[in-house]
Amino acid sequence: MSETLAFTRTPSVAETPTHYCPGCQHGVAHRMVAEYLDAENLAEKTIMVTSIGCSVFLYNYLRFDSVEAPHGRAPATATGVKRVSPDKVVFTYQGDGDLASIGMAEIMHAANRGERITVVFVNNTVYGMTGGQMAPTTLVGQKTTTSPAGRCASTEGAPFRMAEIVAGLGGVAFSARVALNNVKHLAQARKAIRRAFEVQLAGQGMGFVELLATCPTNWKMTPVQANEHIEAAIIPTFPLGVFKDIAKNAGAC
Amino acid sequence: MSRIVLDEERCKGCLLCTVVCPKNILRQSSRMNAQGYKVAECAPELAEECTGCTACAQMCPDLAIVVWRTVKAKEASR
Repeated sequence: MSETLAFTRTPSVAETPTHYCPGCQHGVAHRMVAEYLDAENLAEKTIMVTSIGCSVFLYNYLRFDSVEAPHGRAPATATGVKRVSPDKVVFTYQGDGDLASIGMAEIMHAANRGERITVVFVNNTVYGMTGGQMAPTTLVGQKTTTSPAGRCASTEGAPFRMAEIVAGLGGVAFSARVALNNVKHLAQARKAIRRAFEVQLAGQGMGFVELLATCPTNWKMTPVQANEHIEAAIIPTFPLGVFKDIAKNAGAC
Repeated sequence: MSRIVLDEERCKGCLLCTVVCPKNILRQSSRMNAQGYKVAECAPELAEECTGCTACAQMCPDLAIVVWRTVKAKEASR
């Protein structure tokens, strides 16, 4: 009988313990990005642009060169990084409060221009770091500290479905929404992250991947309940799928 | 027999590993780590059932689980 290592930490993930709450799936999301980049031997060429939110300390957890962007401005910062270093692999890692609220203009324009970057968007339907306020992606009826009676569609509107919106913009080569709540969805997420980087490497346009994740603390649930909530409530509002994927041989000017 | 090595100091006791284990051999232990979290463990009496599928490790947000897979002699010789 021989014993082989079936799963261990990928070298680009630092040993530093994360500050995330128990059950927070940020750890899974950024680990999967690091696993892809290590598998493709791209770690040395990667520059990540981190954002504001619970993922703000990402530069302590992933061993890539990084730039910390002002709140919401990661796609604009990444545009600059990629344009001066077009041979680098550039990705942004943003939460929903960062990308879909204060950073809405930046993501819309970067996507429309078709910047050759990858956007990893972690959607947990709430502002995590600041204490659970209503985010643009908060579900209708979801209670948050700023919508104690639940989000009302007629006064606050319906949640933004970013993967679909971004897919509708001309410069986007790949846009998908995946979840991190079970092993089957993790396999889909791995595939989507790979495609989101492949379109950047092929110079085809922006790769966008939305990852549905839990926020047990601000949802006021246990991690296991929050994980079940993804399947029961989040996925029905935010359907999973690939919303745009241009052909592999499609060129760019 | 495949096995997992769980780093109890990294574990935050979220128990997401326990819900994805196809053999249901993971559970909450009665031990607390230095962070004050009640950590998960592989039930010693059921440990032999581990298939090394890595579901728990993939689900773990804190990279607390390392999985060792044992290839049976019959399969290894193929």
